Amino acid sequence: MTFWDDPIVFFGDVLVDLMAALNMPPSLINFISTLIGVVAVASFGLIGVIFLIWVERKVAARFQDRIGPNRAGPYGLLQTLADIIKLITKEDSIPEKADKLAFNIAPVLSVVSVLLIWAVVPFASGWIGTDINVGVLYVAAVGSFGILSILMAGWSSNNKYALLGAFRAVAQMISYEVPLLITLLIPVLLARSMGMMSIVEAQTVPFILLAPIPALLFLISSIAELGRTPFDLLEAESEIVAGFHTEYTGMKFGLFFAGEFLHAFTVGVLTAVLFLGGWRGPGAETYPFLGMIYLMGKAFLGYFIIMWVRSTLPRIRIDHMLAFNWKFLTPLTLSLLIMTAIVDKIYSETALRVPALLTGNVVIFIITIVILRETSRRQQKTRKKFKRRPVAKAPVAGKAS
Amino acid sequence: MTGLQAVFLLAAATILFSAYMVVTRNNLIHAALFLVLGLFGVAVLFVLLEAGFLAVIQILVYIGAIAILMIFAVMLTRGDVENLPSPNNANSGWIALLSVLFFSSLVLLISSWPEFNAVRPYIDPTRDTVVELGVALVSPEAFVIPFEVASVLLLAAMIGAIMIARPQKKDKS
Repeated sequence: MTFWDDPIVFFGDVLVDLMAALNMPPSLINFISTLIGVVAVASFGLIGVIFLIWVERKVAARFQDRIGPNRAGPYGLLQTLADIIKLITKEDSIPEKADKLAFNIAPVLSVVSVLLIWAVVPFASGWIGTDINVGVLYVAAVGSFGILSILMAGWSSNNKYALLGAFRAVAQMISYEVPLLITLLIPVLLARSMGMMSIVEAQTVPFILLAPIPALLFLISSIAELGRTPFDLLEAESEIVAGFHTEYTGMKFGLFFAGEFLHAFTVGVLTAVLFLGGWRGPGAETYPFLGMIYLMGKAFLGYFIIMWVRSTLPRIRIDHMLAFNWKFLTPLTLSLLIMTAIVDKIYSETALRVPALLTGNVVIFIITIVILRETSRRQQKTRKKFKRRPVAKAPVAGKAS
Repeated sequence: MTGLQAVFLLAAATILFSAYMVVTRNNLIHAALFLVLGLFGVAVLFVLLEAGFLAVIQILVYIGAIAILMIFAVMLTRGDVENLPSPNNANSGWIALLSVLFFSSLVLLISSWPEFNAVRPYIDPTRDTVVELGVALVSPEAFVIPFEVASVLLLAAMIGAIMIARPQKKDKS
C-alpha cells in the first residue's frame, strides 16, 4: 500500500524486509520492531513537551496582556531549548540526609507514569501503541504511579515542608481519583467497551453531546489530578515553598516540570479521545494522517481550556478543595452514572438516544442548581452575624504628634 | 528461548528479588517501595497469562491503593524509620535450612500433581474475556450473590471507617 494510505505499515514492511535480508530470526525482528515503536511513541511525547511548554508560556502571557518569550529564536520558539540547557548545567544537589534511591527515582517515575499513558492513545484508524481491551482502566492504573512518585519525592527530601506538600498532594490526588474514575466509566458505558479504539469507533455522535456534564466533570477532576491551578496548592510558591519538589534542582526538577506539562496535554488528548470523538472527522478513515491531525487539534482544544482555566481562576484552599470533591463531585458523578446507565439501556438502539441523554443531563443539572441554592440559603441564615467592634481611630493629618 | 519465556524469567527474578529485599531492609520505606516493585512483577505475570484485566486491577488496587496506604501509615506513625535493628539474627542459618527444606517439599508435592506440565488452554482472541467477566458478575447463574454481598461489605467498611475517623463532638462550655 502506498505511503499516504498507511505509513506505519509501509515503514514496518520496509524495516522487516531489511532485517529479513540480514537473516535475523523472526522473533528478533518482532522484538526490534516493537522496540522501535515504543521508542517512537515515547519520543513523540517527550519532544512534544518542548513545543507544549512554549505554547503554555505564550498563551498564559496573552491572557495576562503581555507577549511572553520572544527573544530566543523567532517568536521565542527556542526558549524551551534554552531552559533545558540551563537546567542541565545546573548543580545537581542532593540534601545530606536524603534517601538517595527514592530521591533519584521519583522524577523518573513521574515522567514514566505519563509516558505509559501514550501507549494506549489511538492516534488514527489502526494507529495505536497497543490496543488492549482494558485501555481506560489502564490509564487510571498508571496514574497511581505518579502518586507514588510524589510520595517518594516528598519523603526522600528529608524536609518537613516537602513532606507536608507531598501528603497534601497525595490526599488531593487520591480524593479526585474517585470522580475521575466514575466519569471515565461513562464513555465506557456508552461505547460498551473499555478499549480506546472501540470507544473512538463508537462515537458516531461525539460523547460530549450524549454526556456534557460528565465531560466537564472529567476535565475538572483531571485538572485536580494534575495539580494545576486552581488546584495548585501543592506547589504554590507563596504557600509551602515549592511543595514536594522543594529540594529538587537542575534536570530532576526539569523532569517534574516536563512531566506535568506532558500530563496536561495527555489529559487534553484523553478528553479528545473519550468525549470529542478522537480521530474521527471527514476523511479520517482513508487517510490516517488526517485522523492524527484531527486528534491533535481536539487535544489542543482541551489543552487550551486547561490553560484558560489556569490563567483565570484563583487558587482553592485545601479544605474547600476536599469538600468540593467529596460533597459535590462524588454524589453528582454517581447520580450521572446511574442516570446514564438507565437512560442508555432504555433508549439504546433508537433514534431518541441523543435527546433522551441530553434531557437526563439537563434534569440533573437543574436539580443540582436547586440543591446548591437551597444549601447556600440555609447556610446564609445560620451564619453568625458579624458584630461591629470599635476600631482604633487613625490620627488626623493636621495635628502635630 | 522465546521472548515470552525471557519476560517471564525477568518478572519472576524481579518478584523474588523484591520479596527478599522487603524482608531484609532496615529502612521501612525502602521495604514498602520494594513491595511495590514485587506487586508490579505480579502484574507482569498476569499479563503473560493473558489476564489483562486482572493485571490492570492489580496495579490499580494493590499499588494505587494498598501500597500507598501502607506507605502513608508508615510515614505518619513511625518516628524512627531508619534506625531499626537489622532483621538478621543468630538463628539465620537454621532458618535458611528450614526454608530450603520447606521449599523443596512444596516443589515435590506440587510436581506430583498430574496437571503440573499442562499447557495454558488456548483462548480464542476474538473472545472478549472482560465482557464475559462482567456478565458473570451480574448473572444469576454465576456470581451475582457474592458480588452483591461484597458490595454490602464494602459499604459497611466505608461506614465504619468514617465513624472511626470522625472528630469527636466537643462540649461547648
